[in-house]
Amino acid sequence: MTDRYPGYDVLAKRWTQSWNEVTRQVIDRRLAVPRGPRFFSATEWRTLNAVCDRIVPQPKDRPPVPLAAYVDQKMADGMLDGYRYAQLPPQGEAWQRGLAALEQAAQEAHGGPFHTLPVEQQDELLHRIQKGDLIGEAWGGMPCKLFFEHRVIPDITHAYYAHPVAWNEIGFGGPASPRGYVRMGLNRRDPWEAVEATPGEEAYARRKNHRVD
Amino acid sequence: MRDGRTTVSTDPFAAPRAANGRAPDVFKRGGWVPMRQYNEDEAVDFVIIGTGAGGGPLLAGLAEGGFSVVGFDAGPYFRPLEDFASDEREQEKLYWTDERVVDGANPITMGGKNSGKAVGGSTVHFAMVSLRFRPEWFKSRSALGYGADWPLDWREMWDYYTKAEKALSISGPLNYPWGPKRPRYPYRAHELNGAAELLARGAEAMGLKWTPTPLATVSAPHGKSPPCVYRGFCRFGCSTNAKQSQLVTFIPRALQAGAEIRDLAMVGRIEMGTDGRARGVHYHREGRWRFQKARNVVVAGYAIETPRLLLASATDKYPNGLANSSGLVGKNLMTQSNQAVFGVMKQEVRWNKGPPSLAITEHWNYDDRKDFAGGYCWMAQGPLPVEWVSVQTSSRGLWGQALRDEMEKYNHQVGLKMVGEMLPDERNRVTLADEKDRYGLRVARVTYSWGDNDKAMIQHALGQMQTSLEAVGATDIFRQEDDTNHLAGTARMGDDPATSVVNADCRSWDIPNLWICDGSVFPTTGGVNPSLTITSIAMRTADRIRALAARGEL
Repeated sequence: MTDRYPGYDVLAKRWTQSWNEVTRQVIDRRLAVPRGPRFFSATEWRTLNAVCDRIVPQPKDRPPVPLAAYVDQKMADGMLDGYRYAQLPPQGEAWQRGLAALEQAAQEAHGGPFHTLPVEQQDELLHRIQKGDLIGEAWGGMPCKLFFEHRVIPDITHAYYAHPVAWNEIGFGGPASPRGYVRMGLNRRDPWEAVEATPGEEAYARRKNHRVD
Repeated sequence: MRDGRTTVSTDPFAAPRAANGRAPDVFKRGGWVPMRQYNEDEAVDFVIIGTGAGGGPLLAGLAEGGFSVVGFDAGPYFRPLEDFASDEREQEKLYWTDERVVDGANPITMGGKNSGKAVGGSTVHFAMVSLRFRPEWFKSRSALGYGADWPLDWREMWDYYTKAEKALSISGPLNYPWGPKRPRYPYRAHELNGAAELLARGAEAMGLKWTPTPLATVSAPHGKSPPCVYRGFCRFGCSTNAKQSQLVTFIPRALQAGAEIRDLAMVGRIEMGTDGRARGVHYHREGRWRFQKARNVVVAGYAIETPRLLLASATDKYPNGLANSSGLVGKNLMTQSNQAVFGVMKQEVRWNKGPPSLAITEHWNYDDRKDFAGGYCWMAQGPLPVEWVSVQTSSRGLWGQALRDEMEKYNHQVGLKMVGEMLPDERNRVTLADEKDRYGLRVARVTYSWGDNDKAMIQHALGQMQTSLEAVGATDIFRQEDDTNHLAGTARMGDDPATSVVNADCRSWDIPNLWICDGSVFPTTGGVNPSLTITSIAMRTADRIRALAARGEL
């Protein structure tokens, strides 16, 4: 489905009562994330970008959310989760080992680097990691299933759904301080919330969504 | 301070803010309030390690009782109005995200749902759900046949609950449907959002009672707190100060009464004297280790950091850690089952608006016709996008286009989530791992496995919650089978030094001037969120210490 909330842009509320100063600064910093790697090597970076493209495939008609950049930022800045499964190494090491093992698996199964494989073959490898089917020395004893569940998935998907572009897609109101909300009940929408397009009413929704302030 | 003036920064992480005779005014951007300070080499009456639901009320209660008190917190001292963004990721700065190793058959996810690192502790980001225990839970072994008895009497706790509800200006219903009579809540209940309306409809279809949830966010002005404006970012810090966290309630009271707060101060070891009494604490602040002398030490770091500190303070004389002659420090860790059922409605629910849990049913905390021990409640839900994608990925294994398609249903989602009583088990515990954190302290290893009773309760709750969602016409229903939240145990209170760590007054059996005052002291955890009980126990402990001191028994 495309454009469930046509024309809705949460950034349009930037100067309204829904955004305080600290929120503006935080979102500015997020949008300005450095696009190149500080933590990952060039090879790891290529693999990571290809993995991100499959975990959260993005439409071609808008600039992509730079997911690999957020993963790199988390590793480079040492932003921790607060817990680590005993079978997993520290987060940066887990990523480096996991990406190297994925590369090796791509070579063994398909004779080429992961990022050059057709998406079907990429997905098949990722499914095998998710199921825990990939083993071998390259994993260094790290269970690939845990790596997938506790590194690959959260690090990539959290970055996506923390981005205003994702909020636009799902019609999330986004920042809400200090104004908050007034219309609380079922089927109630505040004028600063996204309008969902019903079939045949896309133009109406688009018009309303240009005025969410 | 002994070494002269401390640098004060506008970045709460860069340098301590509570210094130079003043502490942040949490109600004013850039504001300050005066703060008394104590010398490190003169023993203060009490040091309190941790400033959350346990440490906060104790700081205020002891300072108001005329004691010299210093509260330590490893986290920063925030001013919500200037420091809190409306943003899930940014506000992870409120969590304890230092490394901890988790293992066992059901490793506990640490972080936002069970740990805080800020002045005010996890009350800065808690969901504000403020519930009383069922009276029988204080004697669950003798009255209900499971767990362990508390050394506290429920009638005394009922009075302290009333005091805690008043101190935190709890908003709640006129008549609470379960348990013995209680006074009306100080503030009127909040209105329901769409998600809460659906809980109510579902409960009524099943013939179960429900009620607006008693919440620690004001529904009308209180002091400098404005009424809640229903932002829905409660679990990421309240940027308006409507939430009645420790940061804006007991901590300002404590400062006014002469307590000192030391922020960005990580306590690493309690030092014992040759006389068998604690003589102070070693703490890390501004890049170096310091020592504060004290006549009494209170540990209030919650169920991971409290046993970690007691174990890390081991000496030749106390090889198994402090207050641990029973061998129970770190054992009987409990979390609460936090499974959920989610579905999709035709209507727009927009569940992110307002506090996340505006309606509740405690039916199965009070109905004993079930084939497992303990109880549970369930509440309406309103996860924000990052948390919601965690649910979708961890419960359904979704990624790729399938994940994006499901996420687009966000504004139509509805959900019910349990808070369930897990039973104490000595095999669930906190120990010290070999690896060290940034302070050079050994990190906690948290070992957890669910028991058969825990699993039976979870299945019962999932079935009940699913029935409720089906009754309101939800479709695409799925279950979140693996989630836990609050913590308890690891330094349980009791009547017998052989089977408990502290007595009813939170005083350790082994070391007369070492106290533990937080959720660690819970012998059982009950089927409701623990914060109001922690607060009530802390208020009681403050009264008890004042009474003991008056009799010369400290």
